[in-house]
Amino acid sequence: MYEKEKIDALKAKVNAYNEKTEASLAKRPERYKVFETGSGEPVNRLYTPVDVEGLNYETDLGIPGQFPYTRGVQPTMYRGQLWTMRMYAGFATAEESNKRYKFLVEQGSSGLSVAFDLPTQIGYDSDHSLSEGEVGKVGVAIDSLADMEILFDGIPLDKVSTSMTINAPASVLLAMYIAVGEKQGVSAEKLRGTIQNDILKEYIARGTYIFPTDPSMRLITDIFEFCSKEVPQWNTISISGYHIREAGSTAAQEVGFTLADGIAYVEAAIKAGLDVDSFAPRLSFFFNAHNDLLEEVAKFRAARRLWAKIMKDRFGAKDPKSMALKFHTQTGGSTLTAQQPDNNIVRVAIQTLAAVLGGTQSLHTNSKDEALALPTEASVQVALRTQQIVGYESGVTNTVDPLAGSYYIEAKTSEIEEQAMAYIRKIDELGGAPRAIDLGYIQQEIMDASYKYQKEVESSQRIVVGMNKYQVEEAAPQGLLRVDLSVGENQKARLAELRAKRDNAAVEATLAALKTACEGTENVMPFILDAVRVYATLGEICGVMREVFGEYQQSVNL
Amino acid sequence: MDRPIRVLVSKPGLDGHDRGAKVIARALRDAGMEVIYTGLRQTPEQITNAAIQEDVDCVAVSILSGAHGTLIPKIAELLRKEGADDVLLVAGGVIPQEDIPFLKEHGVAEVFTPGTPTDVTIQFIRNNIKR
Repeated sequence: MYEKEKIDALKAKVNAYNEKTEASLAKRPERYKVFETGSGEPVNRLYTPVDVEGLNYETDLGIPGQFPYTRGVQPTMYRGQLWTMRMYAGFATAEESNKRYKFLVEQGSSGLSVAFDLPTQIGYDSDHSLSEGEVGKVGVAIDSLADMEILFDGIPLDKVSTSMTINAPASVLLAMYIAVGEKQGVSAEKLRGTIQNDILKEYIARGTYIFPTDPSMRLITDIFEFCSKEVPQWNTISISGYHIREAGSTAAQEVGFTLADGIAYVEAAIKAGLDVDSFAPRLSFFFNAHNDLLEEVAKFRAARRLWAKIMKDRFGAKDPKSMALKFHTQTGGSTLTAQQPDNNIVRVAIQTLAAVLGGTQSLHTNSKDEALALPTEASVQVALRTQQIVGYESGVTNTVDPLAGSYYIEAKTSEIEEQAMAYIRKIDELGGAPRAIDLGYIQQEIMDASYKYQKEVESSQRIVVGMNKYQVEEAAPQGLLRVDLSVGENQKARLAELRAKRDNAAVEATLAALKTACEGTENVMPFILDAVRVYATLGEICGVMREVFGEYQQSVNL
Repeated sequence: MDRPIRVLVSKPGLDGHDRGAKVIARALRDAGMEVIYTGLRQTPEQITNAAIQEDVDCVAVSILSGAHGTLIPKIAELLRKEGADDVLLVAGGVIPQEDIPFLKEHGVAEVFTPGTPTDVTIQFIRNNIKR
C-alpha cells in the first residue's frame, strides 16, 4: 500500500530504532524477553507500513459486504442493526427452560439458543441407564415432541430465531422443531434458526458423537438437501471452532481446523450431488473470543478472508453469499477463573469487544459464575448487559471494521491466515479432516498447545489475575444454581406416561420405515419427521440409527 | 519404591470435556507415574474394572457435567465391593465447594477444582497412595 522507495527508507529507520532500543535494554529492560499473544505467537515491538508491505487494499481488504469480506459480511455492519444477542440457555425440564427463555426475551435477547442435556445430545432417553445423574444437568432434557412443545410454549416460532446446540441427533431435534411449528400453524419455510450439526468437531474436541464418520456425514448432507428445499431460511450447520479453542488450541489452529472441517462438509455435499451454491449460503460458523483482544480481531478477519477464497477458488462458488463467512461467537469459557469470579465480568467485556470489532453476527456472553456452575439469572443478566453496553455505549459500532488499517491488526490478520492455511494444507495431505481426525493428528496438535499453556500458567510465565497472581483468601461462593435430582425422576415418569398413551402401532411403523431408509440411500429427514410427529422418542429414533450405522469408537494418544 | 505409581485417569458419564483429564494425564506421566486414560463415556463399572485389571494405586476422576454427586460415590462403592478400597480416589472438574464434603464422606480423598496447579495433584497422590 506504500511506494517502494518510501518503504525502503522506512525500513532503515525502523531497523535503527530497533538497534538503538536493543542497545539500551541492559539499562532499561523490557518486561519480557519475548512478548507473546494469548496463543503464544511472538509480537514485535513496533508495527509499521513495512509489516504490511505486501498488502493490496483492493484484493486483500476491499469493501464491506464484498469479496473477500475481510471487513465484514454486511455493507453497513452494526450501523444497520446490532448483532443478535443470543444467550445459550437451558437446564432441568422443558418448563424451567421455557421460563428462562421468556425471561431472556423480556430482557432484550434477540434470539434463543437452546442447551440440551447430555443424554439428549447423545441420543439417549432420560430413562436409559447411561443417563443416570445427567438428566437436565447441562441443558434441557428432551425425550419427545411432547417436551419440545412445552419448551416453546408461548414462543411464536415465526417471530424468533432459534439456535440449537445439537450435533449427532441434529436431524431429530430439527424435525421436532418443524413439528412444533406445524402445531403453531407456522410452516417450515418461515422457520429461522441454526442447528450446530457439526460432527467433526465432536470427534476432535466436544465429545457428543454417536455414529461413525461416514453415516454422520451422510446425515449432515441429508439435512443440507432437505433444508434447501423445505426450510430455506434455516442455517443447516454451525461449523465450530469454539470447542477446538476451549480444548486448548491456538487462534490459528482454531481457524485452520474449523475451515478444514468446513471444507470436508462442502466436499461431502458436492459428492452427494448437491450444487455448491444450493447449500453454501446456509453454512455458518461459530468461533471463540479469548482475552487477547487484537489477536482475536485479526483471527475473525483472517477467517473471513480465507473462507471467501476457499469457496471461490477451490469450490468455484458463484453466489457471493456462498463466500461470505457468517459467524456466531461465544466468549471463552476456559478463560474464566473460579477464583475471584467477579473479575470474569471484565474478561467477558474484553472478549465481547473482540467479537464485535471482529464483526460477529451473533454473540453469547458467558456469565461470571461459569467456572463454578451453571449461571444464575442475575449473572446472566450482567452478561447480557455487557453486550448491550458495548452495543449502545462504547461507540465501536458506529463505523464498519474500525481497526482496519492498523499495521498490527493487518499484519496479524495475514499471519493467522497463512498459519491457518498451512494447517489446511497439512490436513489435505493427510486426506482431509475426517481422515486427519481418525489419525489423531488434529487432537494431538490441540493437546500439545493446551499442555504448553498449562505449563506456562503453572510457571507463572503467563499471568492469570486472581489465579497465579493477586490471589486472595476467599469464602466458598454462595447461591450457585443447582439442578435437582428429581428432574430425572420427573422426566422418567413423563416418558412412561407418553409411552402408554401414544399410538404405539404408528410409532412402530414409522421406526421400521426409518430403518429401511437408513439402510438405503434415501434422504432420512422425511422419515425422522414422520416418527417425531407420532411421538417416537429421541432414544428410539437414535436407537434405530445406532442399529444400522453402529457407533463411533474414540481413540486417544496421550 | 519398587515400581512407578500407577494411575487410572477416567471420564465417567456422558461428559465430553476432556481437556483437564488429558492435561492431568500428561502431567502425571511427566512426573514419572504410569498413566492409563480411559477415554470418554465410561460407566462406574467400567472404571472400577479397569482400575482392578490395571492394578492401579490411584483412580483420578474428571467430571464437568454436574453428575459428580451420582457417579463418583458409585465408583467408590464399587471399588469397596471389589475389595479395592486401598486404591486412592481423587476427583477434579467443575465441582462446587459445597458438594466436596459429601464426596469426601463417600470415599473421595481429595477434590481438585479449576485453577489447581498440576503439581498440587501430583504431590497429593505421591503422599497419599497406600503402599
